[in-house]
Amino acid sequence: MPTTGRVVCRMDDGTHGQRQRLPMLLGIALDGAGWHAAAWREPGVVADRLFSAGHWVDLARRADAAGFEFLTLEDGLGLQAQPWNAVAGRTDRVAGRLDAALVAARIAPVTSRIGLVPATSVTHTEPFHLSKSIATLDFVSRGRAGWRPQVSPRPAEAAHFGRRTMAAELTDAAVTELLDEAGDAVEVVRRLWDSWEDDAEIRDVATGRFIDRDRLHCVDFEGRFFSVRGPSITPRPPQGQPVVLALAHARVDGRSPSSLVPRSDDSSAAVRFAVRSADVVAITPADAVQLRELLDLVAQESAAAGRTAPLRVVADLVVLLDGPDGEPAAERRARLDAADGSPLVSDAAIMAGSAAELTDRLTQWWGSGVDGFRLRPAVLPDDLDTLARSVLPELARRGLRTDPAPGTLRDHLGLARPENRYRSTVDEGVPA
Amino acid sequence: MTQPRPRKQVHLAAHFPGVNNTTVWSDPASGSQIEFDSFVRFAQDAEAARFDFLFLAEGLRLREQHGRIYDLDVVGRPDTFTVLAALAGVTERIGLTGTINSTFNEPYEVARQFASLDHLSDGRSAWNVVTSWDAFTGENFRRGGYLGQDQRYERARLFLDAVTTLVDSWPEHAVVADQAAGRFLAEADPGRFTISDSQFDIAGHFDVPRSPQGRPVIFQAGDSDAGRDFAAASADAIFTRHGTLEAGQAFTADIRARLTRFGRPRDAVKVLPATTFAIADTDAEAHELAAGIRLQQVSPATAIMLAEQLWNRDLSDLDPEGPLPDVDPIVGESTVAQGRASVRMVTDQLETAQRWRAAAAEHGWNLRRTVAEMGNRQHLIGSPATVADLIERYVDSDACDGFILVPHLVPGGLQAFTETVVPLLQERGVHRTEYEGTTLREHLGLAPLQRPAGRRTA
Ligand SMILES: Cc1cc2nc3c(=O)[nH]c(=O)nc-3n(C[C@H](O)[C@H](O)[C@H](O)COP(=O)(O)O)c2cc1C
Repeated sequence: MPTTGRVVCRMDDGTHGQRQRLPMLLGIALDGAGWHAAAWREPGVVADRLFSAGHWVDLARRADAAGFEFLTLEDGLGLQAQPWNAVAGRTDRVAGRLDAALVAARIAPVTSRIGLVPATSVTHTEPFHLSKSIATLDFVSRGRAGWRPQVSPRPAEAAHFGRRTMAAELTDAAVTELLDEAGDAVEVVRRLWDSWEDDAEIRDVATGRFIDRDRLHCVDFEGRFFSVRGPSITPRPPQGQPVVLALAHARVDGRSPSSLVPRSDDSSAAVRFAVRSADVVAITPADAVQLRELLDLVAQESAAAGRTAPLRVVADLVVLLDGPDGEPAAERRARLDAADGSPLVSDAAIMAGSAAELTDRLTQWWGSGVDGFRLRPAVLPDDLDTLARSVLPELARRGLRTDPAPGTLRDHLGLARPENRYRSTVDEGVPA
Repeated sequence: MTQPRPRKQVHLAAHFPGVNNTTVWSDPASGSQIEFDSFVRFAQDAEAARFDFLFLAEGLRLREQHGRIYDLDVVGRPDTFTVLAALAGVTERIGLTGTINSTFNEPYEVARQFASLDHLSDGRSAWNVVTSWDAFTGENFRRGGYLGQDQRYERARLFLDAVTTLVDSWPEHAVVADQAAGRFLAEADPGRFTISDSQFDIAGHFDVPRSPQGRPVIFQAGDSDAGRDFAAASADAIFTRHGTLEAGQAFTADIRARLTRFGRPRDAVKVLPATTFAIADTDAEAHELAAGIRLQQVSPATAIMLAEQLWNRDLSDLDPEGPLPDVDPIVGESTVAQGRASVRMVTDQLETAQRWRAAAAEHGWNLRRTVAEMGNRQHLIGSPATVADLIERYVDSDACDGFILVPHLVPGGLQAFTETVVPLLQERGVHRTEYEGTTLREHLGLAPLQRPAGRRTA
């Protein structure tokens, strides 16, 4: 049940009969020149500008204008385009990336509605730094910050930090351990966001006090992996708690730049992390059957974790549409695959087809109860433009979604601004 | 041909008001110190006046006194990298300098953050390398506060070396992005590095291509012997507290001598003291204004707190409008205040207290007035013409290369300077009317970077 202002649709979704639902949520996943390894070679891509502000500003503005609720930015702590635990040795793919949280900050002032969700590793980084970084993204975007915590199991990334080593073989036990640590990191980040009450800044000239220090709180986290004292140096951000999105892969091969859990063919550890730590979980069903299975799994794990807060579920889809000049999607895919020398593979389902086919697929899947989608365009900006021109308007025409009104990312997702866990109750109702 | 510029250029920068008592939050003209609008306004004022850069300080744990969070000053600031990246989106030329600690970070992460910021700002990033190391701050970090004071500059030096190695690991033309030929990289596996020393044992591939400046401009702000050597060996600029003419000349001479010892040109490092200012139509009015600001900065409660920091004692029973403490400071590590660089920097507590007593006796000042007068950093007071003269005199007599201005008001505090003094400096030909270059290195007049000839070895 939505708890904030976002328009609620009442509609017949085919499987669940008449019920109240949020509009279909749509996110766009930005990475380099797109999710096809040969994307950078397409004529619409300014390939030597991938590391410039202009590239990201341009994409973000297009996504903002198109009406997506949020965009995500991929990241890692090492070169992409490397297979798991090895070096690629190729010169024909994009290598290198800018820090996603900083790209998000750079585009914040030049966009107006769209939520900004950078990925960051929680394995080799400090929760204290992450917390103030995402809180600050929320300030500079006026309440549009999200965050995708991810783990870094690769030995090559661990060697960039030299503080721990990772086994070459990734076992299920190691995955669980990394996700447990990620859960602690998210807990610390969330506590730090709450470590200032909203009204901690009092500016009381009479007593000379800038803050009421009783409304600042140590977080005093002590866990298996680390301890953090707090409070944050950054006040509570506009959304109170920026939106946490977790990617729970069904299955991942080493090439996916967004690998949360490489080579684990069981998504339940990642789903367990998501239901405990996130506001939005992205799943990667291969087909409609798996979609229903994963939705059930999320529901079961939520219940098992005793979760009562709403959890939005979006399905990831790689989208490769008909080309800008009308080239049919199948031919375009074959041409791109040939250019790269290997077929496009992904942890998520690949939807190669016309805009109409994609629109039908989204409509159908939405009917199964998923809240929305995170679309990974094969080529940027080409597939993003097709989505903006042909898919989003058609979904709106079918009454499945509306563009978000100006507001916070939580507003777009129908998530209320949460109470502060540390809020003092003793003086409730007493005038300050 | 434009007019020649015979006169030594002044470098001006703006320090976003910080979390100490310089910032007068109680003034009705004072706005938010955390909302992004304040940063935008501040940065755009500085850029309109063609300043070299904007400067942000950082402290990684909220300050405490007597074991409780210090509540009399502004508290709370944004993440440095994040706010600078956002400001890159609302400014075009001004440099973006961030204070980042070398103890509670790792080189790989800091290198990719600065390289990213440099890309996202088209070459305007700078790093003020600070070494605060205490266990108090360490409690906020998973690594804890494990560094001894004597190791802080060793780590800082090796940290900076490591970051330099990382950002140099991509040759200038590593990305060819030749679509027709299908060649994105000039060579496979760019960014290879290996670093092995007493602080770091790391290897692999750096993942950000070479940025417009190659590396961030390096600032240093420590004042110890080790800190000055670090600056002379590695920095491009120094952020200093030596703001009087005489102290500035002595400090600058010391730095220039160290530069010579390190085999660098005497002007390789820009010396930039932090200073507040008070400007009015006449000098007399300006001095009156300055005195008023000093009292605003030191409320009675603040006077006690600042005296406690020097005396390293509980002075809560003292009357701020009464005389100075009649006991001597307790010499040594502060037991009163935590999380302040300034506390650690007073190494001569007895002597300082003696100077305070002498001044109080000479002028008949009470405690509050003494704290306000002795602690202030208002080096630029006067009419616009007087302040412009002062700035020129400082720079011409090598007391510094310019100033980092610290207004006492957020966000509009720069205006009193930019609207009155800046036009005079421009008329006199010592401050630019337009940016000539695009990068911060160019604004500061720094020599172009030596391109990495090959891979550095550790
Ligand atoms: C003008 C000035 C500004 C400083 N600003 C900061 C700061 O913002 N954050 C910080 O952690 N340390 C700051 N410091 C502390 C120094 O960078 C340095 O780490 C500390 O003084 C210890 O080094 P030292 O013993 O060489 O002085 C500052 C120091 C000076 C002189």
